[in-house]
Amino acid sequence: MGEVLNISLIWSAIRLSTPLILAATGGLFSERAGIINIALEGLMLAGAFTAAAVTYATGSAWIGLLAGIAAGLALSSVHAVASIRFRADQVVTGTAINILMAGIPGFLSGALFLSSGSTPQIPKEHLMPWAPIIMAFAAVPLSWYVLYRTPFGLRLRAVGENPEAADAAGVRVARIRYAGVLLSGAFAAIGGAYLSIGQSSLFTRNMTSGRGFIALAALIFGKWRPVQTMLACLFFGLTEAVTIRMQGVVKLPSGEDIPVQFIQIVPYVLTIVVLAGFIGQSRPPRALGRPYQKEQ
Amino acid sequence: MRLVRELVFPAIAVLAAFLVGGVFILAIGENPLQTYRLLIGSALWWPDGIGYTLFLATPLIFTGLAVAVAFRAGLLNIGAEGQLYVAAFATAWVGIVFANLPGVVLVPMCCAAAVLAGGLWGAIPGVLKARFGSHEVINTIMLNFVAVALVSYFTQYHYRTPGDPIMETAPIGASAHIPRMARLIPGFPERIPLNVSFLLALLCCALVYFFLWHTKWGYELRATGSNPAAAEYGGIAIRKQIVIAMTISGALAGMVGINEVLGYRYRYYDGFSDSYGFTGIAVALLGRNHPVGVIFAALLFAILTRGGVPVDAFTQHVTKDIVQILQGTIILFVAAEALFREGARRWVKF
Repeated sequence: MGEVLNISLIWSAIRLSTPLILAATGGLFSERAGIINIALEGLMLAGAFTAAAVTYATGSAWIGLLAGIAAGLALSSVHAVASIRFRADQVVTGTAINILMAGIPGFLSGALFLSSGSTPQIPKEHLMPWAPIIMAFAAVPLSWYVLYRTPFGLRLRAVGENPEAADAAGVRVARIRYAGVLLSGAFAAIGGAYLSIGQSSLFTRNMTSGRGFIALAALIFGKWRPVQTMLACLFFGLTEAVTIRMQGVVKLPSGEDIPVQFIQIVPYVLTIVVLAGFIGQSRPPRALGRPYQKEQ
Repeated sequence: MRLVRELVFPAIAVLAAFLVGGVFILAIGENPLQTYRLLIGSALWWPDGIGYTLFLATPLIFTGLAVAVAFRAGLLNIGAEGQLYVAAFATAWVGIVFANLPGVVLVPMCCAAAVLAGGLWGAIPGVLKARFGSHEVINTIMLNFVAVALVSYFTQYHYRTPGDPIMETAPIGASAHIPRMARLIPGFPERIPLNVSFLLALLCCALVYFFLWHTKWGYELRATGSNPAAAEYGGIAIRKQIVIAMTISGALAGMVGINEVLGYRYRYYDGFSDSYGFTGIAVALLGRNHPVGVIFAALLFAILTRGGVPVDAFTQHVTKDIVQILQGTIILFVAAEALFREGARRWVKF
């Protein structure tokens, strides 16, 4: 067990939880405003692909990151317009965006790079290994402050809990909800960008491999609160780090490998358990998923 | 007016999606019309195009029906993907363990395994919702990941042929194979995996239709979906309805295992599903959660999937990813139908 648990494990847990924290923080703004965001996966892919492609083209990770954020904002605005303006089912819209983003990166990289879904390798000196980690851990206290100590945060929580009352108090419900969804697009895109231009050096097909959903799980596990959500992300990052370490190192007494599948399912099973109320209640924002129509 | 809503809006959504897809194709300097002609034309060629299209439509009819039944009860089953994986594995497991039984016994046993395993995996989020009120969307998403991990564990550690580099189980007993269409249609090539489970899918559409609109249970299920408060007031036990609906939904999704294991690969192949469960959401939505609509929507998505292959091979830059772009856009437009309704009101004033 000694080879598995040490400082470098914690470090790798921090790196693995960075994209989760960014995406979950994004999801927090959207869901606290009452808009379900299962599109986090697709938004991360948008950020990851755009950031890698633009960093490759310009040689600047910062321009790449900004382009990734722009892509996240554009894609999340589709989710926002469909679910706020046209009152579409938010889960369905989110699913549509995920399916869309399973296609767009491959489609574009086929045309731009003549590849079957990945961008070319980016030189090491153009990568961004640190900044997104700092952003992720700065985003947590910042979003706590915004959510609980600013008028915007108060309004955001109000439209997620009781849009009718917020409206009666003069809050522009739709506008606040747009802001929440767009913030989720920006944060999730940074999380995705970290995968392609931070952790690795190119975009590969479906490189998020379910991290958007793990971020969603962390958001629920963290009860839609910034600090708890970050802790959940760290925990899920740690399980991933342990999974990677254990492959081929730790053996069962019988001499066989410990099946990684059993560690992989930990975040998902925990989410189900928490949602059922076995470990404390996790209560979603009251108006989550409910379109709001101003009374005429 | 109702018929307009049921037919015209989905048609507009599909056309709008093709327009958006066309913009994507134009943007990379290719000809959208040529691409679409290739996409659709190649899927309707006899016998290969049509054969493969119907083969691909089979799992989509099952998952589309699965999502539609849950939707009629007011539930969104994002978990068809996990349900069909568990079911396909269970189907193969029965086919392997009881390989020596004669087909008359073994085929029904395998089919029962598919239905039961899928139904059970679907029932879990149903029970969780009925008992604890936890949202089925989150639970089905989580259970998808759990299902994939579990079946890949059993495949990798317990049922793989030793030395096989591919993640697949040993083959099922030959008596568990179900006939391919080549046996029923003279001159239809044996290599096309279209099999009798396509007919089973059509039969399920008829059964679901009969169940939903001509039985008391179906009425109660739909009442739960359209107005749970009124249904409860009218004496319907809505918690029970939630569990029933999710079980039926999971069982329908599970039948994908029959097509895959008994009719096509004759073993469980890890990661076989081409997102059938998620495409099922699109199928149900586009088909307006009606069995007849599901058939047509499944055929459309099967045509797109089948046509994506030659598009990939015979155009310079368009890859089969265009299919997912079209599919995602169709769902968006169907979901945001208010867009067209407002547009229609502005232009036609009805």
